[in-house]
Amino acid sequence: MPATANTAVRLHGVAISFALAEGRRYDAVAPTDLLVGENEFVSIVGPTGCGKSTLLNATAGLLQPASGTVEVFGQPLSGINRQAGYLFQQDALMPWKTVIDNVAIGLEIAGTSRTQALSHAREWLERVGLGAFCDRYPQMLSGGQRKRVGLAQVLIRDPKLLLMDEPFGPLDAQTRLIMGDLLLKLWSEDRKAVMFVTHDLDEAIALSDRVVIMSAGPRSGIIGDFRVPLERPRNVAEIRHDPEFNRLHREIWDALRDQVMAAYNTTAGASAA
Amino acid sequence: MKRSLLIALQVSVALVVVVLWHLASTTTLFGDPKTIAFFFANPVGVATRIWTWFSGGTIWYHLGITLTESALAFLIGSLGGVVFGFWFARKPLLAAVFDPYVKAANALPRVVLAPIFALWFGLGIWSKVALGVTLVFFIVFFNVYQGVKEVSQPVLNNGRMLGMNERQLLRHIYLPAALSWVFSSLHTSVGFAVVGAVVGEYLGSAAGLGYLIHQAEGVFDVVGVFAGMFVLMAFVLVVDGLVTLVERRLLAWRAS
Repeated sequence: MPATANTAVRLHGVAISFALAEGRRYDAVAPTDLLVGENEFVSIVGPTGCGKSTLLNATAGLLQPASGTVEVFGQPLSGINRQAGYLFQQDALMPWKTVIDNVAIGLEIAGTSRTQALSHAREWLERVGLGAFCDRYPQMLSGGQRKRVGLAQVLIRDPKLLLMDEPFGPLDAQTRLIMGDLLLKLWSEDRKAVMFVTHDLDEAIALSDRVVIMSAGPRSGIIGDFRVPLERPRNVAEIRHDPEFNRLHREIWDALRDQVMAAYNTTAGASAA
Repeated sequence: MKRSLLIALQVSVALVVVVLWHLASTTTLFGDPKTIAFFFANPVGVATRIWTWFSGGTIWYHLGITLTESALAFLIGSLGGVVFGFWFARKPLLAAVFDPYVKAANALPRVVLAPIFALWFGLGIWSKVALGVTLVFFIVFFNVYQGVKEVSQPVLNNGRMLGMNERQLLRHIYLPAALSWVFSSLHTSVGFAVVGAVVGEYLGSAAGLGYLIHQAEGVFDVVGVFAGMFVLMAFVLVVDGLVTLVERRLLAWRAS
């Protein structure tokens, strides 16, 4: 783990638990430490229900950790994380706003004039390849196109930290590859700090500088931390054939497999969801 | 099915009914035409009556009154529903305390309020407006309440992460979400506004379509009753058509 001077996120003993019925508590995440460097792309991989999204939400300030502290660029976090942009797994666009209004809103509420916000939004939509769709409503777009709008909506505010919660999870395999490439292209322009939650190990290795593995819940924690020394720029589809990619995949999968099986065994017999 | 064929079939249904009605009230095919005409009027008479009303211009006054009452009832009821729906949805304690009273008030059949309203607001348009408001209010209220309660959590979190404060969340997320529910209940609430106006007029007034029908009934003028009903039907259809136009404009984002 790099103990860099320029740390974007520092989780220190962050634990998360939820209140259940009858005063019982569910300890989702045991006290966890994690550092994310200023220009670092870190993926968090783990089996279903391991609390990786919860950890992300704690970093976003959407969730209060039961204990521990979250530091963002050296400052302890309280309330919503103002430095972060968050790309959600579910549809999070405002359906009643057109695509361009959805992208412009982040600037508008921060006080940018409407004309200026709209012209920036148009630029961003061009960059994500949706220049021709400015006046559509989200419902009229495909899932992949909505994710592109989401990306523009988040990046237009130029956040110093990017939080992504299985953003491409609902997309089909081909669209995921294309979105991965788009993300890397945009990211390479200014290399923001990224925390990228996914359950797809291929995606994690192809995109990241570091892959962090979490154990199966409850009381999950980080059980592995792997550097990804693959060269950039990368092609998300091509890099899967790289021998180094395969070696890494095997190494990380060895650590992950037991956790996936453990998670599977605790949920097997329960609903297939 | 082709649109023209569908319309042709729809029109032919009306034609068959009118022809049967005409035969029943003028020939001995279905029994004594005098008796049938007494109970069911006859299409020619009804058409003539409607023509007289419109050519003489008397009907416009009554239509205007009913339209005014419906519009006022709709506006006031919707406004109240939006404000209270919003307020209750954002203040769970308030909603919990008033829940049984809201349910009780809504359980009351509104017709019984008509005499009270006539007493309070007189026989002019305001007693009818009040009746319509009690109907429209609850529809809009429940819709807005539900709409605000069920705002999508990711959309809300996204708004927060994009930097919205409480006021901005209200304006960009809660309000549009609630209004979309209001608009989707537009047909029902506009319909109820008309019901409130007409029932109110029927039970005591000096003008409006309900008054017209009531007057005709009072003197066993069956032709007048049927003529009034047809004008009322056409009125509601026109209003409903306007609502559809408004809806298409306001809910453009829902179309796929």
